[in-house]
Amino acid sequence: MSETTAPPPESQAPVPDKNLPEHTAGTGSRASQVLREVATGGFGVTVLAFVLALVVGAILILLVDPDVQEAAGYIFARPSDFFGAAWSAVSDAYSAMFRGAVVNYQATDAAGFFRPITETMTLATPLIIAALGVAVAFRAGLFNIGAQGQVIMGATLAGFLGFTWNLPAGIHLLFCLLGGIIAGGIWAGIAGFLKARTGAHEVIVTIMLNYIALYLLQYLLTTSAFATGNQPKSPSVASSAQLPLLLGDGFRLNAGFLLAIAAAVFVWWLMTRSTIGFQFRAVGSNAHAARTAGMNVTTTFILVMVVSGALAGLAGATQVLGTEKFLTDGIAGSLGFDAITVALLGRSKPMGIFFAGLLYGGLNVGGRVMEVSTGTPIDIVLVIQSLVVLFIAAPPLVRAIFHLPAPRGLSKGVAA
Amino acid sequence: MTTTMDVQNSAAVKTEPSLRVPIVLGVLGVVALVLFGLLGPAGAVTTFRISTGADAIQIPALELPTRATGIALSIVILALAVYSFILVRAGRKTPTWLLAVFGVLWVLTFLTWAVADKSTSIVSLLQGSLLLAVPLAFGALGGLLNERAGVVNIAIEGQLLTGAFGAAVFASIADNAYVGLVAAPFFGLIIGSMLALFTVKYHVNQIIVGVVLNVFAVGLTTFFFGSLLKDNASTLNSPPRLGVIDIPILSDIPIIGPVLFRQSILVYILYVAVILLTIGLFRTRWGLRMRAVGEYPKAADTVGIDVEKTRWHNVLLGSMVAGLGGAFFTVGSVGAFGEEMTAGKGYIALAALILGRWNPVGALLAALLFGFADKLQQVLGVLETPIPNQFMLMLPYIVTIFAVAGLVGRVRGPAAAGEPYIKG
Amino acid sequence: MKLELRGITKRFGPLVANDHIDLVVEEGEIHALLGENGAGKSTLMNVLFGLYTADEGTILLDDEVREFDGPGDALRAGIGMVHQHFMLVPVFTVAENVMLGHEETRGAGLLDLDAAREHVVALSKRFGFGLDPDAVVENLPVGVQQRVEIVKALARDAKVLILDEPTAVLTPQETDDLMEIMRQLAASGTSIVFITHKLREVQEVADRITVIRRGAVVGTAEPTAPVGELADMMVGRAVSLGVDKAPPQRGEETFHVSDLTVIDGVGNRVVDGVSFSIAQGEILAVAGVQGNGQTELTEAILGVQESAGGSITLDGRELRGLRPDQVLTAGVGFVPEDRTVDGLVLDFTVAENLVLDLVSRSPYSKGVAMNLAAIRSNADERIDEFDIRTQGPAEEVGRLSGGNQQKVVMARELSRSLKLFVASQPTRGVDVGSIEFLHKRIVAERDAGTPVMIISTELDEVAELADRIAVMYEGTIVGIVDADTPREVLGLMMAGVPLETARERATQHEGDDQ
Repeated sequence: MSETTAPPPESQAPVPDKNLPEHTAGTGSRASQVLREVATGGFGVTVLAFVLALVVGAILILLVDPDVQEAAGYIFARPSDFFGAAWSAVSDAYSAMFRGAVVNYQATDAAGFFRPITETMTLATPLIIAALGVAVAFRAGLFNIGAQGQVIMGATLAGFLGFTWNLPAGIHLLFCLLGGIIAGGIWAGIAGFLKARTGAHEVIVTIMLNYIALYLLQYLLTTSAFATGNQPKSPSVASSAQLPLLLGDGFRLNAGFLLAIAAAVFVWWLMTRSTIGFQFRAVGSNAHAARTAGMNVTTTFILVMVVSGALAGLAGATQVLGTEKFLTDGIAGSLGFDAITVALLGRSKPMGIFFAGLLYGGLNVGGRVMEVSTGTPIDIVLVIQSLVVLFIAAPPLVRAIFHLPAPRGLSKGVAA
Repeated sequence: MTTTMDVQNSAAVKTEPSLRVPIVLGVLGVVALVLFGLLGPAGAVTTFRISTGADAIQIPALELPTRATGIALSIVILALAVYSFILVRAGRKTPTWLLAVFGVLWVLTFLTWAVADKSTSIVSLLQGSLLLAVPLAFGALGGLLNERAGVVNIAIEGQLLTGAFGAAVFASIADNAYVGLVAAPFFGLIIGSMLALFTVKYHVNQIIVGVVLNVFAVGLTTFFFGSLLKDNASTLNSPPRLGVIDIPILSDIPIIGPVLFRQSILVYILYVAVILLTIGLFRTRWGLRMRAVGEYPKAADTVGIDVEKTRWHNVLLGSMVAGLGGAFFTVGSVGAFGEEMTAGKGYIALAALILGRWNPVGALLAALLFGFADKLQQVLGVLETPIPNQFMLMLPYIVTIFAVAGLVGRVRGPAAAGEPYIKG
Repeated sequence: MKLELRGITKRFGPLVANDHIDLVVEEGEIHALLGENGAGKSTLMNVLFGLYTADEGTILLDDEVREFDGPGDALRAGIGMVHQHFMLVPVFTVAENVMLGHEETRGAGLLDLDAAREHVVALSKRFGFGLDPDAVVENLPVGVQQRVEIVKALARDAKVLILDEPTAVLTPQETDDLMEIMRQLAASGTSIVFITHKLREVQEVADRITVIRRGAVVGTAEPTAPVGELADMMVGRAVSLGVDKAPPQRGEETFHVSDLTVIDGVGNRVVDGVSFSIAQGEILAVAGVQGNGQTELTEAILGVQESAGGSITLDGRELRGLRPDQVLTAGVGFVPEDRTVDGLVLDFTVAENLVLDLVSRSPYSKGVAMNLAAIRSNADERIDEFDIRTQGPAEEVGRLSGGNQQKVVMARELSRSLKLFVASQPTRGVDVGSIEFLHKRIVAERDAGTPVMIISTELDEVAELADRIAVMYEGTIVGIVDADTPREVLGLMMAGVPLETARERATQHEGDDQ
């Protein structure tokens, strides 16, 4: 599902160890290399990591399921009861999740049948866009942990322009989207600027900016410019500023999804086909060499963060203009943090992120259906998502669990 | 990451000897004079209560004319700024005591203005600050143990959260708050062992693991909260709370007594922890080796120190310390566990660690500062002062950004923190 | 203690770093391990020190087979090592560094710092090191740091002391001091393994010499063996010490540096009023011990290092104050001293690295869009022209050997027409075949009329390439001399002795010998 070539630079950048000889194996052809990685690295590990995470999720479901607990009380007397209860608890939960996320095979009409997948796409939209932003920073060697704050700022400005300005449809929408992009870009730009000027670590600064953004929005929602009555909730954005629905009124899926696709294509072009992306990647891989080659490293830091934040801001804009329609202090949910895991799962590649975003969107939509129909709290999705990312980042652990051989030709340091 | 940092540092070093500190102090002083002094409400009176009902020695409340007091204090503040200016001009650094006195006076000036025509208790303000600093300080100390050994700990938030959860559940089951206190570190250990496994053993990027583990901790605790605790609140989520323990004699000292020695056991453990860690870090073999591993793991390796083992031990120990701090949120304060109840305190703890420059005492002081900001925000919220409490809530985060940006002195962490150690 | 290695073999993937190496070091002997960079000397010593595990072979101490599972074991067995890159914690004091790993404590795990201080002072006194046990290591000069390393090893009662390229960072005088220390230690019974690639040092101090090449022992020799013979063993064929390059066709002096000063972060004048000029068609080689301001000088020319004063002009145009990209565009070709740090992005492809500083120019891009076809065809041409051994333009540069990596850097910088070519350590860690090739390319660039500036710490390389030699010491140029200046004179100048005095002393020295 994702490109299977390079390992994610951010998670396992092999620090060149000066003690190791620099040139390693003379490897075989390109094709055999790809095959090997499918078998031992990238895709295979991704699938196995997902399986492992689902297994842990299943164990959690069993731990709290009352029927299973009851059957466990007399497990030695009638083990079949226990396993029956266990099987139904897990399969009920996961099948509800599937119905909620992909297609509802129990639905009576076509709309009901397909609605889940459109919901998945709706939820995936901001996730994909924000994750693209996180990935741009990753590939330039920067950790943007502040997508959350940038999403909030983007949503705030886009929403504000949406419910205060009065412009013709289309133009209004464009301005609001632009507002989101600018707000997110500036918010992340602060971290980039501070890193460039003072060396302040972007991880710390972006984390702190997340909370500042949240409290800022909370404050704004108490002011007369934002609040409706005494509610900490803004007015709805004008219809001229809303993202058009793609499948009519019956579905929430909106043009934001097309923006997500466009953003993925844009990031692909930026990172692989433009000199800007070349510079981003060079600075990310080796800032010293980039500087010696005449690239301005500090300016690049700022630019990377601005681009990264702009994408997160756009994600916030699609959230408020497409899905939510008005601002609350929960507008960003946990989007910014989920975006980090999506970027990691997608290995910082646009195509990978697109599918990883759909997967996460699906887990979240499916999780809601699961919670309603089986009572299993949706938060199990967070456990599954976080474990998938951890397992993917540690292929040797996954291989050890499944007793798989280590890939050939990789030295210890590189494989680790 | 380090490479980019190196390039940075070379550009950032040469900003040091400057008039920045006196100028910042001066601006703050003028702000205080104008805002809290000259523009203060005329004829208003600010009342500070100094004693609590339980005190043996009663001191009458302090009633101050708001505006006059504001002006008087501001002038002292400005005098300090001028003194700092003179010192810097003479080529000397602004001493720490001056900064501390300046900070205290400035806050006092602000407080006099904010409490105009109202009354507040100094003791309960300080008492509350210390209490609110507890989870921050434990979190920071836990983080310190990680980072001094070379493992960045973004997962303090998650460790506090699981600690809070474990304390609530076990205190409920045993119907004893102290059982919860014992359980909390082991719940912090869940996150700590995963952090060690993925960063130390599998060399996964430490920041990524930290961020993801926070998500994991939220998922795990909220899942069990929703599936087990909600339906069985009376048996699993109604823990007794830790009581206040009066230290005889000491607690009768005016002001200091009730603030420092009329507190929950968590506060006393914190005192001990800070002392032990300070000695341990700088005066023992354990501390020397931990710091060596955090600064230059290869050097430690070449003298026969097991880098991996040292990191494992300290990451686990650190997570237990942070987990203990998590107990504050449940048995240490409100009792029952609630979803995501740590609400970013783990990140403030991380900030306290940085602001405290990876030093136990420094971390404690930074935590106290943040605890004070939090308490002040609560007090001012009740008093309905003109400051929106969101801005008070932002304060720790803003201070931290200023700190890492070098505006309040340069911070330098353990050199190898963030670097996986891969043996050649 | 007698040390013996039998059949030590260490592989990294398909590369055999050590191939059945045998070595015997007698008690109290200074045994030189001579070999080129990358010959496998450091790998062998890391095996001995327990940092690497050998794939085959045994280690014997006093004829007893030992196995080391980590440096701790080696230390306990009495093996000490002074690493090429010092293994000192920069923020620790001398005493803390010395005690680390075998701390004396006073109950309850409390450190006994006083005991450590005494230990340092005692050892320091014995060898006249003059160490302050409470000095913080990062504030000490490298020469002193090396003494801390030696004390660290001695404090653990090392019976076998390994010195890995200890003179790389030292001035000739400091080197002499170190050799005196080595003799003293050997006299007191310590066995010393002295790893180096510098022939003269070996002849001066070693009792016996083992030469290794490409991971295998090629022979042993006595220190009395002629230099030429040792060099032949080291590189595997006769080294042409005479260079077949035509005399320079000096043109106009187009590159001028005058009174250039660079001040580092802590206020040291690391480049101090440096002035020189280079003519078209001439090679100026800057010689000197590493760390005497050469790096900062080149970086100031490129503009990555801010300079505090002076001027740098090329064809009458002031370069000082320009950004690196502007300097490069002005026609400067720049080869940094450490290719893996400053010259290459190791996880970029060969093709990408070949346009690293050219990508925003035509034909490699139009606007911000890269022209992948042009980048690819450029790569094909450069690979061909420089004989870069690679699977192809799409291979990651990190997978190439050191020599081929260096060719990538050189090919890139020489692929456009230059007005000045600056190369630092152009052949460091490069195999002999590539050295010859790269030297020829540098001379060809000179013959094409470009002013060329070479910075090298290797006198052999300086001698081979230079038309004129500038010697740097502590940020200043001690003197600029002709290429045929005797080595003795250059050596003295590298220690800061002015040209005239150096000449006199060198002649006296010769007189003494006779």
